[in-house]
Amino acid sequence: MAKLYSKKKLAAQKMKPKKETIAFLLNFSKALSIHKVGNSSFEIIAN
Amino acid sequence: MANLVLPDAVLVKNYISGDESALATLIERHQSKIYGFIYSKINDRDLSDDIFQDTFIKVIKTLKLQSYNEEGKFLPWVMRIAHNLVVDYYRKAKKMPYQRDSEEFSIFSFMTDNSLNVEGQMISEQVELDLTKLLEQLPLDQREVIMMRMYQDLSFKEIADLTGVSINTALGRMRYALLNLRKIIEKNQIILTN
Repeated sequence: MAKLYSKKKLAAQKMKPKKETIAFLLNFSKALSIHKVGNSSFEIIAN
Repeated sequence: MANLVLPDAVLVKNYISGDESALATLIERHQSKIYGFIYSKINDRDLSDDIFQDTFIKVIKTLKLQSYNEEGKFLPWVMRIAHNLVVDYYRKAKKMPYQRDSEEFSIFSFMTDNSLNVEGQMISEQVELDLTKLLEQLPLDQREVIMMRMYQDLSFKEIADLTGVSINTALGRMRYALLNLRKIIEKNQIILTN
């Protein structure tokens, strides 16, 4: 059977966010602590 | 390294219990899917980064608040958050999404047409025709079960009721019908593929 040469693989390149974005998220996660008091919750960001 | 093989649910659990590296693994594992999804809607690198960041800020807060419910899976949940943030962005900006192909993104990498081409359709029609001819060679009771099950989409209970036999008999007839079909196909060396 004839091969369809017209078919080509399209944009397989993977897109990723910036390294700074990831670094920010990981640091944010480490710094953040959330405390629940009754019905309220308090977010504390450590410096 | 061991984190690479851990399922998402376990990593989420570990993260909630205080293992920060679990979050890094989760982000590493899913970043391209989530970022690609956002970029496909926004088509702007910087804005996509912002929305990606906001998505994970929500994820982090929900997980730290311990209000995450492992009903579905982690990735679909994050994708839903990202989707909602994209909707929020367009609502605020009152803009309609506009998709233009660029070097780093093509809409066709997300949208594919799975329908058969003309050649595929012809082969499919031929296969169906051959199959109809094969079915004609089966004993009537077996052919009847195949037709009812495969073409009319009836359940075995319905087939049993309609043909006045037990479900087990109907199942048995189906089994023999398939075995006989295979025999005929092998005997005649027929190729039924698309």
